Amino acid sequence: MTEAALSGSAGCPSGLEPPSQSVGGDYSPFVQNKGALKSLTLSVRGAKCGGCLSKIENAVGGVPGVEHVRMNLSNGKLNVAWQGATSANTIVDRVTSLGYGVSAYSEDGSEASAKREERALLISMGVAAFALANIMLLSVSVWGGHGEMGSDTRMALYAISGLIALPVLVFSGRHFFQSAWSALKHGHANMDVPISLALTLAFGVSVWETLAAGDHAYFDASVMLLFFLLIGRFLDARLRRQAHAAAHDLAALQNRSVNRLASDDSVESVRADEVRRGDTILLAAGERAVIDIKIAAGTSTVDESLVTGESLPRLIQTGETLYAGTVNLDQPITGEALGSTSDSLLADIAQMLEAGEQKRARYRQIADKAVALYVPFVNTTAAITLIAWLLLGAGVRDAIMVAVATLIITCPCALALAAPVAQVVASGRLFRKGIYLRSGDALERFAEIDHLVFDKTGTLTLGIPTLVSSHGAELEKAASLARASRHPLSRALVETVGAGPVASEIKEMPGLGVEGVIDGKAYRLGSAEWVGVSAVQASDGPTLWFAGDDQEAIQFRFRDQLQSDAADVFADLKQDGLGLEILSGDTEQAVKAVADQIGVSTWHAQVSPQDKVDRLRDLAAADKKVLMVGDGLNDAGALAMAHASLAPGGAMDVSQSASDAVYAGGLSSIVTVLNTARRTKRVMLQNFGLAAAYNMIAVPIAVTGNVTPLIAAIAMSASSLIVTLNALRMNWGRS
Amino acid sequence: MEIIVYLIPVALGLGALGLAGFLWSVNSDQYDDLDGAAHRILDDEDKPL
Repeated sequence: MTEAALSGSAGCPSGLEPPSQSVGGDYSPFVQNKGALKSLTLSVRGAKCGGCLSKIENAVGGVPGVEHVRMNLSNGKLNVAWQGATSANTIVDRVTSLGYGVSAYSEDGSEASAKREERALLISMGVAAFALANIMLLSVSVWGGHGEMGSDTRMALYAISGLIALPVLVFSGRHFFQSAWSALKHGHANMDVPISLALTLAFGVSVWETLAAGDHAYFDASVMLLFFLLIGRFLDARLRRQAHAAAHDLAALQNRSVNRLASDDSVESVRADEVRRGDTILLAAGERAVIDIKIAAGTSTVDESLVTGESLPRLIQTGETLYAGTVNLDQPITGEALGSTSDSLLADIAQMLEAGEQKRARYRQIADKAVALYVPFVNTTAAITLIAWLLLGAGVRDAIMVAVATLIITCPCALALAAPVAQVVASGRLFRKGIYLRSGDALERFAEIDHLVFDKTGTLTLGIPTLVSSHGAELEKAASLARASRHPLSRALVETVGAGPVASEIKEMPGLGVEGVIDGKAYRLGSAEWVGVSAVQASDGPTLWFAGDDQEAIQFRFRDQLQSDAADVFADLKQDGLGLEILSGDTEQAVKAVADQIGVSTWHAQVSPQDKVDRLRDLAAADKKVLMVGDGLNDAGALAMAHASLAPGGAMDVSQSASDAVYAGGLSSIVTVLNTARRTKRVMLQNFGLAAAYNMIAVPIAVTGNVTPLIAAIAMSASSLIVTLNALRMNWGRS
Repeated sequence: MEIIVYLIPVALGLGALGLAGFLWSVNSDQYDDLDGAAHRILDDEDKPL
């Protein structure tokens, strides 16, 4: 009995997630050896509750030789370490038999460095919090003892505060100082320049005041500033890392092993990234190519729907090039790995991606615009305050104190929190709905969208054909031939009929069809010419013909069915007054059929990847803010070129990395993304408004010299709190 | 008021202890799986007969 049967059901026992399918293949290339200990990290999908944790850990722990097993429920990583001869595939099988989807996981370099950065910020934040609490303890004593506390005691308390603040400012403040310094070196100013200035001046002035036995020291204010700013910085870093990790995980679904032929013709299974140019690759029937190959031997039909958008398989022969993403359907083929040669499709697409990235890097976020207004404003105000007080006859010391107080109180705590807090709340909401944002600023671009462009195959449609014509007993016979074939149309036939017998003496002819014998009679299932039909009437979808010794030729018609929620989603989008358009590499008939069903009047069929990019460039030139939704390799350039882009979870990894967000649910995710983005933008604008309003009140108080350290502390924490609470409001309202 | 000569170091020492605990918890991956930890505490490892 399997573990799944023991526990009653497959998949998550809480019912939060349905059981999922696994990516097959060999996992042994992903095993790492540390002495006698072997370890493997897997990405597990579908684990959502505590029951999953114990189910998986107990099952894997029961495999002979396993010494350590730990499942991380937050990110779905399963770490296993074992000794002895147990194979990695045994462990994977144990998890998949429980009803969870598994893929091999390998950490990439950028993820490790993002994790280090996040951890450094968290530690800096903790250190600042410790310092803030202790300095506040002393500051409250000074404020509370005002008038009664002797000046010596006050100086002693300030001295201790300063001794705590100095190392903390150096340690926790380094994130801002380094960034400000590198910006200044390149001759421009960023948000970190006024921050660094305020931190340094606040500390410097406080030291001076302490030594001169003055009234006010701003050690507490400088550390508080640091603490709030670090919260914003940390949230931002965490959001970026989570977004990156989620996208990386989805890409890992395609992180497959490759069968490489050694010089003695033995087959070894290796990771795709270990394959070098010129290696000989064996692509079995049913396997997806993960790298570009040039076919050296074999003839087969291949499904290139992810590469070109064409939904019907194509016959390929020796000498042709197969691109990554192509699925080999019926005969094993061998080929030479091309890697990334300059003439490959991938290289062309990489160029288009680069062009898109450059365009996107020029996008100015609301926060950037706010900072551009803010930095000169604060610095000028502080400078004018200093000069005005000097002109009005104040002492140098008093004038500097007022100017520094202005700089401290206007320092952008609320501004630094305004965008990240709203983005974190929004991306958390989207994450729970199965939409993974790849960057926080994408939300702002989603909010501006007024025109949507869709790819057809795999995006609007399911990407797999379904039988639409009805038949009787012939269907049973045809299915017994179809069961032996991997052709998508055969699979669609079998899908309709279900399990059953397979015909004998089956022969599959690549590009033509299948022939076999049922009850002593020969039958053929395949293309019209091959089964002997000459006059073929046109059809708006793919067809299969079936004929035999005692059988007139009959036609099976197929359609690539629409996603189930397409009609509702398009009704919603139209109601919003958004422009809608389809760009597909598929035939005119197929595209028209889909466009008619969902009521889209603008569509283009048989467009090449370059055509898609050109079309998007035209739209951008017409000042449209375009959202591109697509999954194929042929969409990658267009995805990168668009103002914002979305890719479904089943998309090619190139397309996913070219997109701003990846969604795992249906098309309704598009509506969710657009609505959430618009709401987030509203909240961000409100937050910037609140931050501005705060400054309107604080600046007059500061420049007139009425700010004390107590007022500064209250004002800064109040403004940060208000901004944060306003962002959290998004979680309370309608869902 | 001489008491603050003792109290302030004590307060700082306690704070530092807390900070040390925080640093330890960050560096030993205590925050890596917040969801899992919430469930793990409820997991009863006794097997039914």
